[in-house]
Amino acid sequence: MNFGPQHPAAHGVLRLVLELNGEVIERADPHIGLLHRATEKLAEQKTFLQSVPYMDRLDYMSMMCNEHAYVMAIEKLLNIDVPLRAQYIRVMFDEITRILNHLLWLGAHGLDVGAMTIFLYCFREREDLMDCYEAVSGARLHAAYYRPGGVYRDLPERMPQYAVSKFRDQKKADKLNANREGSLLDFIEDFTARFPQKVDEYETLLTDNRIWKQRTVSIGVVSPERAIALGFTGPMLRGSGVAWDLRKKQPYAAYNRVDFDIPVGVTGDCYDRYLVRIEEMRQSNRIVRQCVDWLRGNPGPVMSDNHKVAPSSRVAMKANMEELIHHFKLFTEGMHVPAGEVYSAVEAPKGEFGIYLVSDGANKPYRLKIRAPAFAHLSAMDEMVRGHMIADLVAIIGTQDIVFGEVDR
Amino acid sequence: MEGWLAGWFGAPAAVTLWTFAKILAIVVPIILCVAYLTLAERKVIGFMQLRIGPNRVGPKGLLQPFADVLKLLVKEVVVPSSASKFLFFIAPMLSLMPALAAWAVMPFTDSMVLSNIDAGLLYVLAITSMGVYGVLVASWASNSKYALLGAMRSAAQIVAYEIAMGFALVCVLMMSGSLNLSVIVDAQRTQFGILGWNLIPLFPMFVVYFISAVAETNRAPFDVAEGESEIVAGFHVEYSGTAFAVFFLAEYANMILVSALAVLMFLGGWLSPVAGIPDGFFWFAAKTAFLLFCFLWIRATFPRYRYDQIMRLGWKVLIPLTIVWLLLIGVLMRMSWWPW
Repeated sequence: MNFGPQHPAAHGVLRLVLELNGEVIERADPHIGLLHRATEKLAEQKTFLQSVPYMDRLDYMSMMCNEHAYVMAIEKLLNIDVPLRAQYIRVMFDEITRILNHLLWLGAHGLDVGAMTIFLYCFREREDLMDCYEAVSGARLHAAYYRPGGVYRDLPERMPQYAVSKFRDQKKADKLNANREGSLLDFIEDFTARFPQKVDEYETLLTDNRIWKQRTVSIGVVSPERAIALGFTGPMLRGSGVAWDLRKKQPYAAYNRVDFDIPVGVTGDCYDRYLVRIEEMRQSNRIVRQCVDWLRGNPGPVMSDNHKVAPSSRVAMKANMEELIHHFKLFTEGMHVPAGEVYSAVEAPKGEFGIYLVSDGANKPYRLKIRAPAFAHLSAMDEMVRGHMIADLVAIIGTQDIVFGEVDR
Repeated sequence: MEGWLAGWFGAPAAVTLWTFAKILAIVVPIILCVAYLTLAERKVIGFMQLRIGPNRVGPKGLLQPFADVLKLLVKEVVVPSSASKFLFFIAPMLSLMPALAAWAVMPFTDSMVLSNIDAGLLYVLAITSMGVYGVLVASWASNSKYALLGAMRSAAQIVAYEIAMGFALVCVLMMSGSLNLSVIVDAQRTQFGILGWNLIPLFPMFVVYFISAVAETNRAPFDVAEGESEIVAGFHVEYSGTAFAVFFLAEYANMILVSALAVLMFLGGWLSPVAGIPDGFFWFAAKTAFLLFCFLWIRATFPRYRYDQIMRLGWKVLIPLTIVWLLLIGVLMRMSWWPW
């Protein structure tokens, strides 16, 4: 049977060719490539800075994490220092991204298994986090906020607010704006204070629900050995009981300065992966809270002062010949990255997202290779679904949390 | 009225016309109820899911069902090239016909009933179990793999849940000693109001009946025959336009039917819950509306069962439970230890 690409549970453009025996799946053959956009090749034609927005469009559920891996690769080659405040902002937004991604995953997974309400509950909180993205970068999805050398700009002093419109009177707008009066940090702090109760709310709908358990317990079991052999990373690996997390094992940015725990599963089934991700949302919330506290007390630069990489200030550029040259060179030619090759990886919400970058010293990458976690997960689809029923296949697609932006690239 | 018609058209034609008018008087309100049940579903689930639901067509969205119907009526009915045309078109009718025909014996109050026959309950059970043919024929005729899977699931499910539903209703028959729906309601009339209803002594049977009813009507969490995220739309995946609308109509008419039946069987029909307040059609409608609300409530709360898990629940939990309860009631009634 042909499953997808236009199927409600195909998570984008997944196409599976299934061999069925009644309802039992004997073989599942994933076909990919329907969302191929040649990101790796495109990056070879563009300057280093121009490729940042392309990274958003890989895994379009965890935008800033992808950017993080990319700018980290460039920074490693350039061997420049990133201001600590920028590091903290990156960690905060990486974790906001993680919550965003896991909320979407939870909603979509719930919807796949037939629980409709959870989807809209999750989107309620996603809305607030999207507003954080908007406040900081101007875009709600494809932020393009990280830059080699830091982040685009410091956190804004005020949040965007709701305006009165045909469908929203003053009273309603005031209610919506109640927690948006202060700065972005105030808003995020308010969010972290109420988010744990919201996670409890999701859990009351699903965690002890008998039907949810029947649908997820011992479905798609992966042993720790197989998970490692199949190249699993992220919650898929931790769900099988392997405590591997790049944030702990190879700390980057400011992850060694914040306090958090790594949840791991026991049996490696869909239910364990669900619990792992739920707990990760709580831990991410903890990290965001620590970052907010640190960022409040430590103002400072958010961009490197190396003006061969980061633009100089407008004032300096107008007054100073050297800065003008820097500005002109940076925005016409782009930065030159020393020859060499580097691999940089971050713990994206879905797993290890890596960028392998080869530079020949020009203003464009010689070769860019993207290591997408979902590609490895999708490769294991056949092994995970064999012997299960069609309904379980849908649950397994949900638990793999695949996004075709990064599988097909 | 009938006499007046006889004066115009002659006696035999008058009977036909008068019956026809009575049928219309039942079917038209039911179809209107279906229309507004779809709106209520979207509104109720909307509020449960922090949305507002449709609110654009007409005041507060009240004309939305008519807009939907209009849309479905003017849409093209696509017939798959490999479909069996005759069966493809007969299937929606096969599923709508029983859903409407069953209303013939449903009493709305002690005097409002189209045909007060003694085997009323048997008639309802017989007619409603024909509904599954619509599903089976539709999926077979559309010659699609997804539809075929839906039919497999539906057939197995209906068999399992008809039995549980039947046994639950047999308990009611034993209590009232009649198959006539009006008599069944009257048997629940005592001076204690709600305490006299079959709901109290047969509470487990009511639960079994309601679960089976949700399964019979293919509603979430038992909507595996449609299974939107698994087999897309299951048996009616190939249907569009009017043909789809008829399936839709049948599903909702069935929901109202099984709710109304539950009200008659367990919740005292048109009897008021507190002694002293007059009985009437209002109570019947209110109780049915409450059960329909429960349908929607369940849909907004639970994930979907897997098809084999539904079978397990039906055969290993519900059917044994009904049999045990049936024996229990039989023994108690035989021994005259029965308080009701």
